[in-house]
Amino acid sequence: MTVEANPTSLPNLPPGPLDASAGPPDATNGKVVIRLSQIAKNYQVGTETVHALRGVDLTIYKGEYVAIMGPSGSGKSTMMNVLGCLDTPSSGRFELNGIDVSDMDDNRLADIRNQEIGFVFQTFNLLARSTALHNVELPLIYAGVNAERRREVAIEAMGQVGLADRMLHKPNEMSGGQRQRVAVARALVNHPSIILADEPTGNLDSKTGEEIMGLFEVLYKKGNTLIVVTHEEDVARHARRLIRIRDGLIASDEIITHKTAVSA
Amino acid sequence: MRVAEIKESVFMALAAIAAHKLRSALTLLGVLVGVFSIITVMTAMRALQNVMESQLSQLGANTFQIQKWPGIPVMDPKDWEKYWRRTNLRYPLVARLKERATLARSVGAQTDLREGETVSRYYKTNPDVAMLGVTPEIFQARNWTLAEGRSLMSSDLESFRNVCVLGGSLARKLFPQGSAVGDSVKFNGVRYAVVGVLASKGGLGGDQDNFLAVPLTTGMNRYSWDRSLEILVQAYNQDSFADAVEQVRGILRMVRKVEPGKEDDFEILSNDTLIEQFKKITLAVRVGVTVISSIALLAAGIGIMNIMLVSVTERTREIGVRRAIGAKKRNIMTQFIMEAIAICEVGGVLGVLCGLLGGNLVAHFLNVPIAIPMDWVLIGLVICSLVGVIFGTYPAYKAANLDPIESLRYE
Ligand SMILES: Nc1ncnc2c1ncn2[C@@H]1O[C@H](COP(=O)(O)OP(=O)(O)O)[C@@H](O)[C@H]1O
Ligand SMILES: [Mg+2]
Repeated sequence: MTVEANPTSLPNLPPGPLDASAGPPDATNGKVVIRLSQIAKNYQVGTETVHALRGVDLTIYKGEYVAIMGPSGSGKSTMMNVLGCLDTPSSGRFELNGIDVSDMDDNRLADIRNQEIGFVFQTFNLLARSTALHNVELPLIYAGVNAERRREVAIEAMGQVGLADRMLHKPNEMSGGQRQRVAVARALVNHPSIILADEPTGNLDSKTGEEIMGLFEVLYKKGNTLIVVTHEEDVARHARRLIRIRDGLIASDEIITHKTAVSA
Repeated sequence: MRVAEIKESVFMALAAIAAHKLRSALTLLGVLVGVFSIITVMTAMRALQNVMESQLSQLGANTFQIQKWPGIPVMDPKDWEKYWRRTNLRYPLVARLKERATLARSVGAQTDLREGETVSRYYKTNPDVAMLGVTPEIFQARNWTLAEGRSLMSSDLESFRNVCVLGGSLARKLFPQGSAVGDSVKFNGVRYAVVGVLASKGGLGGDQDNFLAVPLTTGMNRYSWDRSLEILVQAYNQDSFADAVEQVRGILRMVRKVEPGKEDDFEILSNDTLIEQFKKITLAVRVGVTVISSIALLAAGIGIMNIMLVSVTERTREIGVRRAIGAKKRNIMTQFIMEAIAICEVGGVLGVLCGLLGGNLVAHFLNVPIAIPMDWVLIGLVICSLVGVIFGTYPAYKAANLDPIESLRYE
């Protein structure tokens, strides 16, 4: 098993019942969003096989706020790619909302990404030539939402990240923090089951980074399921559950108690 | 494919074109040249065709024309010599034909005598008025109708009278008010009594009326009999038309002593043969333009493929992002093919506009009215889209099959 003999490690258990101070009240309803069982991912590099993930078991419940940490090369990105349905595992079973997605074909995975997953990237990854609003509309275009409804929903998402007055700005007319907010709005717009953020503050100064983490806190309180990959302890501390990965295995999985609650 | 997706693609394509103006302009140029060459030539040819058709309508019903030269200008010098060596069609031949061609209702002759200025007591024209020498039969053979006065008569020819019939628009110029008939005009210093005025043909060009007709004999007395006439033969009806042509052909061959098996040493023009000749000549032009524009479009296509490959590489990240937020392979494929089509269509529309301009400039120099060949405009634009699809497919395929994870990592 992947879990070290660590008294604080709580693998595959909902955090709510064990620690009332962790997670929002509705995290206790016990609805499983992600269930990984024995997920392995191997890469063939020349004649050598790299084992990026070596049999990960993990359960994440609706409404959780999870941080994933680990040294470089430990398998964080690989895990994110699997969780984000950008990649399929070499072996093991991955259930998203109770549906096995491990063997889905490309088109169905695209639909899953579109409907169930919101990505936030370190480098924002906005379309440079499009307005903020259009960037936010993009997932809805692929979802086939009609223009009117699309606009409506995108405007709402822009409002949620506090950029109602920046809709028609292009990314190069915005600060880094604002760009990341647009990216968050884009991740939110389809009401996904999970929001995956890979080093969301990596390209921001610490003050702006705190702002974004504040935004995540708000999203968490609204009941979104958040998974954040980071190598900064300061960032990870905002989460309610911390998973450490080492050599393709989960090294620890603990609840973060917020005695000195994050002052967002 | 959804409308939103196509809109998105077109929007992104135009944004991409706008972002790389010079690069796009160079790429567009190829398509532009290809379409331009098609549209220019087709516009010019359509304009010529319109003119030819209006010339055809100058021949009256069931009428054909015999002349030394072919109906369409001769380009090849060798051919030119062949035609030039032919014996002239002289005046006595008209009488022989009248006598022998039993299937002919009438046989007439005409010739262009001279261009010059025409003067009335009210007005002096530019020196561009054509003087035609005609026999009386020409009036019917060319569908001339009199607005006023009388037509020319056999007696005018027999007595070499200095009389004339004015074309409608010329009459209006020379005699702005009042009647021309009974008055006189001076052409190249010689006075002619006006006996009739033709109804204006109007139609395209307007210059069709800018002539005066005098008795053929009067004209040739003044400007030499050493010329080849155009002989116009009218058949009785449509049914006997072909037989009449054959009969006249036989008589001419006999009179001109053409050996059996040798080709005619004269041309017989009817509406049908004119159209045929026109088609033959334009076929060469069509083939030419097809080859040239194909080469241009092929070059353009390769240019577009190249630019699209660059674009795919430059936008690897964007592709990764789109895939991450739910774009399927075929969405990416559609986007890049649409983009290629959009580039081609921008070039195509510019090419069509330039081509219409160019073709009508040619028409202007050939002194024929302008034309807009809508069918070729459409064909040109469809070809553009095809070029876009054909040469955009490979880059689009590459884009669609990029690994999303790699793409997201791409710097
Ligand atoms: N596409 C790939 N091909 C080969 N090896 C890879 C690939 N992606 C990741 N790896 C390897 O898998 C291991 C885990 O990588 P990764 O998930 O990127 O770790 P992290 O994000 O924690 O730094 C590393 O040893 C890395 O070299
Ligand atoms: Mg990584």
